[in-house]
Order: sequence, then C-alpha cells, then structure tokens
Amino acid sequence: MKVSTEWLSDYISLDEVNIKELAERITRSGIEIDSVENRNQGVTGVVVGFVKSKEKHPDADKLNICTVDAGQEEDLQIVCGAKNVDAGQKVPVALVGAKLPGGLAIKKAKLRGVLSQGMICSAKELGMNDKLLPKELQEGILVLPEDTTVGTPITTLLGLDDQVLDFDLTPNRSDCLSMLGAAYEVGAILGRDVQLPQPNQELTESSQQAKELIKVHIDAPELCSHYAVRYISGVKIGTSPLWMQNRLMAAGIRPINNIVDITNYVMLEYGQPLHAFDADRIRGGVLGVREAKAGEKLVTLDGQERSLEAGALFIVDGEDRPVALAGVMGGQDTEVTEQTVNIVLESAKFDGGTVRKTSRTLGLRSEASQRFEKEVDPQAVIPALDRAAALMSAHAGGSVSEGIVEVVQGLPQQLVIELSLQKVNDYLGTDISLTEAKGIFDRLHFETTEMQGALKVQIPTRRGDITRDVDLIEEVARLYGYDQIPTTMIEGETTAGGYTKPQRLRRSLRSLLVHGGWQEVMGYSFIREGASASFPRLVEEEQEIHLAMPMSEDRSVLRGSLLPGMMEIAAYNRNRKQDNLALFEFGTVFLSHEEKLTQQPHEFSVLGLLLTGERTEKRWNVAAEKVDFFDLKGALESLFAYLGLEEHVSYEADQPKGFHPGRSASIYLNGPEGKQKLGSLGQLHPELQREQDLDDTYVAELLLEPLFHDAGEAVAYRELPRYPAMQRDIAVVVDDEVEAGALIAAIHETGGEWLESVQVFDVFTGAKLGEGKKSVALSLVYRDKERTLTDEEVTTVHNQVVDRLSQTFAAELRK
Amino acid sequence: MKERLELLKTEALKALAETSDAGHLNELRVKYLGKKGALTEILRGMGGLSAEERPVIGQVGNEVRAAIEAVIEEKQSYFQRQETEARLAAEKVDVTLPGRLLKQGSVHPLNQVIQEIEDIFIGMGYRVAEGPEVETDYYNFEALNLPKNHPARDMQDSFYLTEDLLMRTQTSPVQVRTMEAMKGDVPVKVICPGRVFRRDDDDATHSFQFHQIEGLVVGKRIRMSDLKGTLLEFTRKMFGQDTQIRLRPSFFPFTEPSVEVDVTCVKCSGHGCRVCKQSGWLEILGSGMVHPRVLEMSGYDPEEYSGFAFGMGVERIAMLKYGVDDIRYFFNNDLRFLQQFARV
Repeated sequence: MKVSTEWLSDYISLDEVNIKELAERITRSGIEIDSVENRNQGVTGVVVGFVKSKEKHPDADKLNICTVDAGQEEDLQIVCGAKNVDAGQKVPVALVGAKLPGGLAIKKAKLRGVLSQGMICSAKELGMNDKLLPKELQEGILVLPEDTTVGTPITTLLGLDDQVLDFDLTPNRSDCLSMLGAAYEVGAILGRDVQLPQPNQELTESSQQAKELIKVHIDAPELCSHYAVRYISGVKIGTSPLWMQNRLMAAGIRPINNIVDITNYVMLEYGQPLHAFDADRIRGGVLGVREAKAGEKLVTLDGQERSLEAGALFIVDGEDRPVALAGVMGGQDTEVTEQTVNIVLESAKFDGGTVRKTSRTLGLRSEASQRFEKEVDPQAVIPALDRAAALMSAHAGGSVSEGIVEVVQGLPQQLVIELSLQKVNDYLGTDISLTEAKGIFDRLHFETTEMQGALKVQIPTRRGDITRDVDLIEEVARLYGYDQIPTTMIEGETTAGGYTKPQRLRRSLRSLLVHGGWQEVMGYSFIREGASASFPRLVEEEQEIHLAMPMSEDRSVLRGSLLPGMMEIAAYNRNRKQDNLALFEFGTVFLSHEEKLTQQPHEFSVLGLLLTGERTEKRWNVAAEKVDFFDLKGALESLFAYLGLEEHVSYEADQPKGFHPGRSASIYLNGPEGKQKLGSLGQLHPELQREQDLDDTYVAELLLEPLFHDAGEAVAYRELPRYPAMQRDIAVVVDDEVEAGALIAAIHETGGEWLESVQVFDVFTGAKLGEGKKSVALSLVYRDKERTLTDEEVTTVHNQVVDRLSQTFAAELRK
Repeated sequence: MKERLELLKTEALKALAETSDAGHLNELRVKYLGKKGALTEILRGMGGLSAEERPVIGQVGNEVRAAIEAVIEEKQSYFQRQETEARLAAEKVDVTLPGRLLKQGSVHPLNQVIQEIEDIFIGMGYRVAEGPEVETDYYNFEALNLPKNHPARDMQDSFYLTEDLLMRTQTSPVQVRTMEAMKGDVPVKVICPGRVFRRDDDDATHSFQFHQIEGLVVGKRIRMSDLKGTLLEFTRKMFGQDTQIRLRPSFFPFTEPSVEVDVTCVKCSGHGCRVCKQSGWLEILGSGMVHPRVLEMSGYDPEEYSGFAFGMGVERIAMLKYGVDDIRYFFNNDLRFLQQFARV
C-alpha cells in the first residue's frame, strides 16, 4: 500500500514530522516501510503557462514558435516540437534556469536560428511514471485543465511535493490497505488525533427515491452479509479533478475517468472496494447476489470471458443475468462508458474466502479482491458508499437519489476483550502500569473501561485481526517498544539437553567419514521419475511418490534412493574436471506401500556413498591408483566396526539391480531380531555408468535405523594378552568360485578357541595355478589366554585346519 | 730395548699421523698393538732383562702403548664423525617438496551451521527433535493456526502430494508433534532442524528446498523477556560477544506477539556496509510467543502455560557467515566449493 503523506495529512497533522524518521518509527512499531519515495524527481522552476499563439518555425517543419504567458514580466518565446501544442492551452513551462529530472538544466537557446526562452514539458519530462498517466497524456506535452492559474508552480499543481510511504503489510494488517487505516496507525505512533471525512454531511440527496429505481436481494446470505447501493442520475463522464488524479497516481493507480477514479479513490480512502454499474444496462432494475453454477460465463470488463466454478459469487440483474463477479471484477456489459448517464453504485461485504478462491481459480487479482480476501471493515460499507456518492455529485455532476437500498444480514458486533494487567506483565516480562496501557489504547483509538487491575477494551471493527487478549498484548508491546522489554533468562527447573542415540551416531559417522577423506554432499529431495527404479528398493514392494504439481520433470518424484542424486552430483563434478570423488550423504528417502497415497509415506534415514577416480592423486612420490570395490567395502567395514557391529554384518553376492553383477553385494545385518537387509554396495552397472557419463564408480546405500538400533552403547575394556601368540601362514589353491569368506568361516570353525585371528594377505591367479584356480594366502594367529602354547599343540590344530580346507574346498596346500 | 720402544713409538705415531681412512687405521692398530704386533714382539724380549730393568721397561712399554692407543682413538672418532657427516649430507631431502597429506573431506557447510547451532542450544538444555518431511495439512497449517483459506497461506506456496499431504513448508509441525508427544508435560525445550520446501523458482537467493532450525519452549510463566534473553545469548555465542539484537514487530499466525529479530551486521559490526544495506542490522530470526490457539490444539492450557518459539533459515546464516552469494552452491555440491569448508 502506497501512502501519500500529502493525502495522509487530510486526516492527521504531520506538522513538524520528518517523513524519513516517521517511516523508521512505523517500521519499528509493526509495519515495515519498504521505501520513502519522493514524487518530485528533481523538478524546479517549472510553472503553468498559457500558450497565446502558435506559429510555424520558418526553417523547420516540425517545430512551432509559441508565445507563452508564464506569469513573468514579459511573454516568452518558446520553440516547441510537440504535435499537440496549440494556442489557448495551459501547459507546464520550464523557465530559463529550471531543472528537470535527470539533471537537465534549461537555458536560453537558439533552435534553427530562433530564440527559445524555455521549454514546454511533457508529463514524462516532469518525471511522472507514464504507466500511470491517462492514455491521452502519454504522448506530447502535458495539457493542463483550463482553470489552472498561470504562474502556479507545477510541483504544487501535480502534487509532486509529496513523499510516498510504501507500507509492506503482513496479512493480518489489511486494515492498513486504506488511507484511514494508515492514519490510525500513524496517529497511534505520533499520539495525534485522526479526522475522519464526514460523507453524510457532505451529501445532498434529491427527492427521487432510490428504492423506486433499483432493488437488491441476497440469495447467498452466507457469502454476503451486506449489499448496499445508491442511485446517481445525470452524471457527466469526464476527467476527475487534478488533485484526485495526483493522489491516485501517488498510490500507483492510473486515472481513467471521474466515476472510476472516485470508486478507486474511496476504496483507497476506506479500504472498501466499490463498483459503479451503468444503471441503464441493468435489466429489470434489480441487482442480486447469488452463487454461480458450474460453467456459467461472464465477460469481465477486461474483455475476457470467464467460466466460473460452482461456489463463486455473482451479481445478477433482474433477468438473473450475471453482471459482475462479486468482489473481483465487473462485467463488460454494465461497465461505465463515455455514454453512461445513470449510475448504480455498489458497496458490499463479500466473504473473503470466496473472493480469494475465485480470484485464485481465475488467476485474476484486483485491488478489490485483495481487500475483500482479507475481510473488509463491515462498518465502512455505508460511509464509503456515501463518500463516493458525494464525490460523484461534486465532480461528475450527478444527482444522488434519496436513500440507500440495501440488504443487511446482521450488523457486526463490536468485540470487547478484558485484559488483565498482570497477564500483560507476566507475558512480556515488563512492569507496565494500567495508566500506561490505557494510554496506548487511547492512541490506537480503542475505547477502554478501567477495572480493578484490568481494562475492558472495545475493538473497532476495522481491526478484525484482534480477537483475544494476546492480540491486545501485542498492541501494547509494539507501541510500548520491544527495546523496552527487559532481557531475562528462563526461570524454573534446568533441563538436560542432548541428542538422541541416532542423532548422536549420525554425527559421529559424519565425522568418521570426513576424517577418512570423504566429502559430505546434500542432494535434492526431488528427482526424475523412475530414476530410483534403477536400484534395489531399500524396502521391498514400496513405491516412489509423485508430486501433484512438480515444477519440472527432473524434480517430479520424491527420491526413493540417494543414489540417482549422488550420481548427478558426481557427473556435475566430473564435468568440471573433479574426477576423484569420495562422497557421502545422510538423507531422507521416501517410499510408500500404497499405490495411491492416502497417508504419510515412510521416510527412511539413509547413508549413501559414492567413490570414483583415483584413490590418491598422482604426486611426485605417490603413484595414482584407481579405486576399486574394496576401497568402498573397507570404508563400510570401518564404519560397522566403529558401531561395534562388524561381526554382525554379512555380504552376499546376490547381484543387486543396477550394479555390476560380479562386483556387488547386498549387505545384511544379523541382529537380535534376525537377519535384515541393510542395502547394497558395488560398482555401478557399466550401462548406468555410460548413461551418466561416469567412469568406474562404486556406490553403496544403507538404511541407518536398524544399524543405529543395534549399535553398541558403551565400550567394555578387554584384558590385554599376557602370553605370546604363534603365527602360521598358509597358501591354498582353490577353485575361483570359492569365496574367501567361506574359507575364513571354515578356518574359524576348525581353529577353535586358540585361533585368535585370520587375515587374507595375498590373492592371485595365474597360468601356473591352472585354469579357474586361485591362490589365497592366509595368516593365522593362535593364542591361549592362560598359558603359552607349545609348537606341537599349534601344529596339531593347524593341521586340522589344513585338512578341513582340503576336504571342504578341495584346497591344495601350496608349498 | 728402551731405544727400540722409543723408535717404535716414533714410527707408529708418524704412520698414524699420515693415515686418512678407517680401514688403514685398523691395519695400523693390528700392526703395532695386535697380538702379533710390533709392540708385543719387542716386549716378548723382556724375559731376558734383569729384575731391576724389567719394571722400568715394562713401564716404558705401557707408556708407548697408551700413546699409540690415544692417537688411534682420537683418529677413530675423527673418522666416525667424518663418516656420519658424509652420510647426513647424502641423506639430505628437499624440504620444500610437498608431503603426503592426510585425506580430509568436510562436513557440508549447511550441516556445519546446523551442528554449531545444535551445540549452542544443547548447551542451554535443549533437546533436538526431528519430524517427517511429508506432512499432513493439519500439522503443517491448521495446528499452527493457519486454517484453510487463511490469507497467510499466500506466503507459502507448497508442494502438495495429495489434497491433504504436502512437503512441509516449515519445521514448525515438529513443534506441534513434540508438544503432542509430551502430553502436557513441561518444560518443553527443543530445537527442530530440518529440510523444508516451497514452490520458489531457484535463483541466487531462493531455492525450492532449504533448511530451517526452530526452537520451542513451553512452561509456566515463560515470558517475552525470556525469549529476548535466550536469543541474545544464542546470537552472542553464534556471532560474537559484542552482538546486539533488535526486535521488530511482525506477523506469524502461530505466534502472538510476533517479532523479527535483527542482529548487528556480522560484516561491519553495525557500522553499515553492503551486506546490511547500510543499516547495520541483519534480519535473521522470526520469533514470538506461542499463539494460545496453537497451545490449545497441542494440549496445553494457555491460561496455565505460555511459551516462545523462534526460527531461522540455515542457508541465510551460512551465506552470511561464509560470505556465500548464491544459495545454489549448497545443492550443486561442486567439490571446489565444498572443500573450502574442510578447515576450522
């Protein structure tokens, strides 16, 4: 809402008020002032002049030589190139020495040999926003009304000596979508009185009874609580007075004609939108308010045919023909035109929600709909109607018929709220006295009655945002000043803060990975449809979830896996020559067992890892080596060990979807509640790599909840070994198909209690071993807790291990 | 015999003086002092001496041995020093060549900010609460005093999944869920970090997904002055001990009164600069006293309990803290960007 201070001072004295400081005070007490705009963009020395004569320039077709009376001692000779300049006009004249916006200084000059003592200006040259000018003023020089006085400074005439405050209103303060609301607000801040217009005193009615000319009815009482009209006959359509045009332009509204301007002017003044119908286009002398039927049509005054949904609100005439879209826009057929003589002026209170819905559905927002949406002041309906009628009588020559024709569905009740001073101070932590509190409500023009330790406060209907005592506490607080509220700490029992176990573990793992050289990333929660279908579902049988109205195809479903997003990040980096990537992400993925969503989907906390490129960059003393499956697996093993779960996790080469079939596995957690799938790891399937333009890339994705659930809590110390260990290395040749994991499991089984650890220290294949064979070298450590084992004892057990391997796996011992 | 000994001494010392390597030195030791060496050879003739002469010659022999040994030792340690020096010289490295680095990633800058804020509030006795990112209309709007058709819904255009389900537009539903779970117990003292979504076209300052941290305290006699004190303490820990805060009235449907909280500009400490648009202040928090409707709906009697809530945008704080000028960096995950945060 743009608030002209020139206009505002009609209602409240702004004497000795610095507008910049006022703007700051308004901001600090609740409504942010976005800007203070000076309407004068740098105009000085421009006055009203009268063009006495016009002659053609002897040497230039397009130039005229004008003789102008600008109230100076002598008439001025001015050369002017505008097509529309003519003798008999009043025009703005920039005298020699004048300044125009943009720093242009007017000097005496010769144009094609003819002396020019100044310049006749266009509106644009005076710095006026041409979007807001009436069409006829957008081209050529600005022709002023005939009755303007020669010599008057143009800044006065055009209201340029005005500063405009831009109120950035929060949704609750729609009361300030009006000049009067702004005046009340500024009045409360300055502690000054507000003078209201007195429309009923300004208005003179004719003897003609309005009710004989127009009748109204409401057929949708829920959606319209008050519908009122006046009948104004014999209007002459023309331009509105300059002061009104100036104020409309200051508010950002383009003047059209006197009738339309008056409805806009009063809407800005009271916040009550009005609509003027051409009375002679209304059939049957009746206006009614009813709900639209689905598909009903109306051509609105912007020329668009609008098809309505059921539930929208229409104004219809005596033939039940829609003539306006209530609260949003009038109909073209009953629009006020040059030929209009008689007016039906409407002022009403339409239901905000209905107007809002209609305006949203049609994508049609107007100054009127914006105000109705937020509920207009029910007590402004009649004063605004009277005010506009009085102005039409004064500035459009209309005769206002006697009486208001209206239907009222119950008058608004004035709300009274009891406010306890104790509560105010308890709530704010202040020590405000009853007198101070009362003083604040006086400034707001809220009537109060003093009680023992409390106030009864009457809430004006214009402040529909105030409905309970805390709303009043806010009024007190903002005008008392938030700076004055003390700074205290919460009293009462202290609480122990902290993380939950999953929160704590997630943070620890983040740290672990970061210090292991992994980079954390954060991807988008929305991905391309089907992208997560490339990978195994983290939970079987669950569906991905679609946005109802996605912003783009690439972001149309909720991610059901972190991997597509991480691949996107990898590709983004590779395109920027960042080839060595070790990325991880902790994120939420969304899945649902429902085909058609009716309840919240499952949200899973997931860890994703992606590894590609070289393990370490090539340096002068480090060779570049490509990462492989075991770099990724090792990271996961470290992570499981950190969680104390290394012995409960197993890997199965069951060829998960989307992965290289020979270099991938599913990961299982064998917890107290049985075996549960955690996720997958491995190299991306080469086809997927090619699609994404990735090099060999290894990824893993894990459900965190079961891991965090089973993760060990406290570390328990184990005694350090007191007796020496004995190490025996063996190398066995087995079929390629035999998994190292199986060998190790068998060794553990046979080795018994003495076997402390088994490590694979070498694996190789080669022609020497024969087709389909590999050699696995293992290092076995034997130890007893209570004593030193003898060589013979260890040899016995070790031989049993070797026998077991040869029996179970046909392993041959390499010598 | 004495003369022979003296002669041997002279000869040996001369030879030793001329030697210049450790191997030769050893040979000389064997030659003069070894079991079959020259000295032993001479002293073997002592048997033919008289009882008076024997001790005299013996002493001379010992003196000769000591003199030769002393020189040998001195030479030996000299050669050792030389050898050490030569080795050290040979082992010299170019210390300006780079070393082998520890591998070091970084926590995502947004998580760094979240963790820092969590640490501050945990220190002040807050728990960390999380909630679903897909919310029902009830929790995201209605329970926060935003009934259907409320004009404030204008401010949050949302991603809906169905009529009733949407991506949460704020972390406030977690507050409601927390209060419900507490079933009327006090004090409630939580912060709720999380990801939220709004239908914004992405540009330098807008992203359709971003992060918030909200805080909620509910108890007996929780005052607006407590909110002020809490936020002052938080902002000082976060932005420095000299930070000041300023409260400006505002509007949020779920708080009443509602305030925006400005802090003195982190760049210019309030003197005015480009970052704070010369005002000296930066708007970083929205807050207020929990609206009684919200308390009622979550099972707390507003006549008995009161509370405050506050919220901030993680991206905004990260952008201010690190001087980042485009929000999209946080989600593009360019390593050259992320790696800048791999340090304290």
